[in-house]
Amino acid sequence: MIKRTGAQIIIHLLERQGVRFVAGIPGGANLPLYDALSQSAAISHVLARHEQGAGFIAQGMARVSGQPGVCFASSGPGVTNLLTAVADAKLDSVPLICITGQVPVAMIGTDAFQEIDAYGLSIPITKHNFFVRSAAELLDIIPAAFRIASSGRPGPVLIDVPKDVQNQAVEFAAWPEPGHAEPGPDFAPAAVERAAEMINTARQPILYVGGGVIHSGAGQLATCLAERASIPATMTLMGLGAMPMDHPLALGMLGMHAARYTNLALEECDLLIAAGVRFDDRATGKAAAFCPHAKIIHVDIDRSELGKIKTAHVGITGDVSEVLETLLPLVEQNPRHEWLARVARLKRQYPLHIPDVADLRTPYGLIMQAASLLEAETIVATDVGQHQMWTAQVYPFRRPRQWLTSGGLGTMGFGLPAAIGAALACPDRTVVCFSGDGSLMMNIQELATAAEHHVNVKVILMNNNSLGLVHQQQELFYGRRLYECDYRAKADFVKIAEGFGLQAYDLSRGPEPRETLARALREEGPCLIHAPIAVSEKVYPMVPPGAANKDMIGGEAYANACR
Amino acid sequence: MLTPAGELQTPEPLRNQRAVLELTVNNHPGVMSHVCSLFSRRVFNVEGILCMPVENSKQSRIWLLVDEDQRLGQMMQQLLKLEDVLDVRRHSADHEVFVQLEQFFRAGKEV
Repeated sequence: MIKRTGAQIIIHLLERQGVRFVAGIPGGANLPLYDALSQSAAISHVLARHEQGAGFIAQGMARVSGQPGVCFASSGPGVTNLLTAVADAKLDSVPLICITGQVPVAMIGTDAFQEIDAYGLSIPITKHNFFVRSAAELLDIIPAAFRIASSGRPGPVLIDVPKDVQNQAVEFAAWPEPGHAEPGPDFAPAAVERAAEMINTARQPILYVGGGVIHSGAGQLATCLAERASIPATMTLMGLGAMPMDHPLALGMLGMHAARYTNLALEECDLLIAAGVRFDDRATGKAAAFCPHAKIIHVDIDRSELGKIKTAHVGITGDVSEVLETLLPLVEQNPRHEWLARVARLKRQYPLHIPDVADLRTPYGLIMQAASLLEAETIVATDVGQHQMWTAQVYPFRRPRQWLTSGGLGTMGFGLPAAIGAALACPDRTVVCFSGDGSLMMNIQELATAAEHHVNVKVILMNNNSLGLVHQQQELFYGRRLYECDYRAKADFVKIAEGFGLQAYDLSRGPEPRETLARALREEGPCLIHAPIAVSEKVYPMVPPGAANKDMIGGEAYANACR
Repeated sequence: MLTPAGELQTPEPLRNQRAVLELTVNNHPGVMSHVCSLFSRRVFNVEGILCMPVENSKQSRIWLLVDEDQRLGQMMQQLLKLEDVLDVRRHSADHEVFVQLEQFFRAGKEV
């Protein structure tokens, strides 16, 4: 017989799952777990400075690897601090295992010190959750948690473990097998045949690629489909990287901040092939007016997504990779000269307006110059706001899992800890984190974690001393009544970064900012690159919230000559 | 000045149109919370709820009296995604499980 405590069982089962990192913070109710972790040679701990940071560090690892990320928090405020990162993982379908400490079983329900209903709080924001009543249950629960987090549509799983259960010793005969993703659901070949027929007879199809394609590892297959039948492809915020941005058939991102030609091409399409997408409102605009002339093929591993927002003519519940593999041989080659010529004409007439590509003092200039200095292996994380949309619009993404961003929940403060997690999981790659001053200040304490682990994270801070997207919306939609969007006290981010032990560079000082940027990106280890931008800069085009995608405002300063 | 248009509209339930859902679930504490949380966070009204363990098994049965509106199909799909929900069936509102209970819910009646 094997004899172990609950805490030892958890740590050993994590080792058997192949977990190499756990991010977290110890506290009263999870000290037995940390005591067991201290004895593990296989797992390194990443001590975050706030539990939300720990959650996003684990997410960063999960997002670059596709494997569940693991984080620990203690009871009470430890758990409540973690919840934002859990909710974020739910909305972006990121596999995450959160193991939280809880007060001893006998004290539950007494309003004990640092007691909170972690189970109840996490129900609506997890894929599944567990409250552990005895150490023996852990032998089933831990593998089940990994299976659930990584099967089908991935998501976060929370396991709440009372302190006495962590200490309880139990005997058992054998270790359980690790939990792994289950195969995707079966789908009817007839539905795939109908989809192929629709593609073969369509005149103006568009492929609409989302995060499900990234999760499924179907980027290459989606690109093959586009190439085989000459289908232009647009990507959602979560789908960026599925197909290289410079691919001749790539239309870039769709929706609220898409290039005009992308949304206009969608207006004209007669068939929308939706793969691993959920028709999110930021992508579709007013759903009733989205792709008004198109029939829809919708492929998703989550059956509840089919018909949730738009009714598909053919809906297929399945793993996108498996469905595309079945579909590809049935799709006829088709040069589609007319449609591609039409899309090319739209692109010439209504391109994304990118002024000042060489000027580092502008957002696009900064992003493009940084991209030109970074190798293709670079991982790109962002926070949330204007800088995020500018990066999504113009960064030359080349591969799946290159791009880490908080899409569904839109969590400011995501970028820095997610970048740290990515850098720990991929130590041979540079991770660049585009951030804004508003976002960075929401998890700025993780600069200490970055310094401690000497991770190769470059924070490029677009500083306008403002909540830029709020500023933009108040200016555009609230009669220019700017209220509480600009910071009156200006933080000195260079000093702050240096105070945390990071190298810091200021692009507004010195005669050669491009040289400074190049040096900062080249040097090993974490750094902050301070890049002031004007608060008047806007993300254009923009579809007003609730409007149809064709009703874009701004960004029309293009050459009319080629019309 | 432009104003943000088209706020999300919740579909009006058809008056007095009800349906009964029969759920087979794993019998463990927490499953009721999962089911109720799903309905409340998607703003879908539950008029009545009954839950009892199924004899000689590790399962329970939950009966829900709900509004019959166009989102019900979506709610059933969401229910099926819950790890502890094993099966969901839809019945019409005159299913006897709630009809026989009505006498316990009459105003002023002592039982």
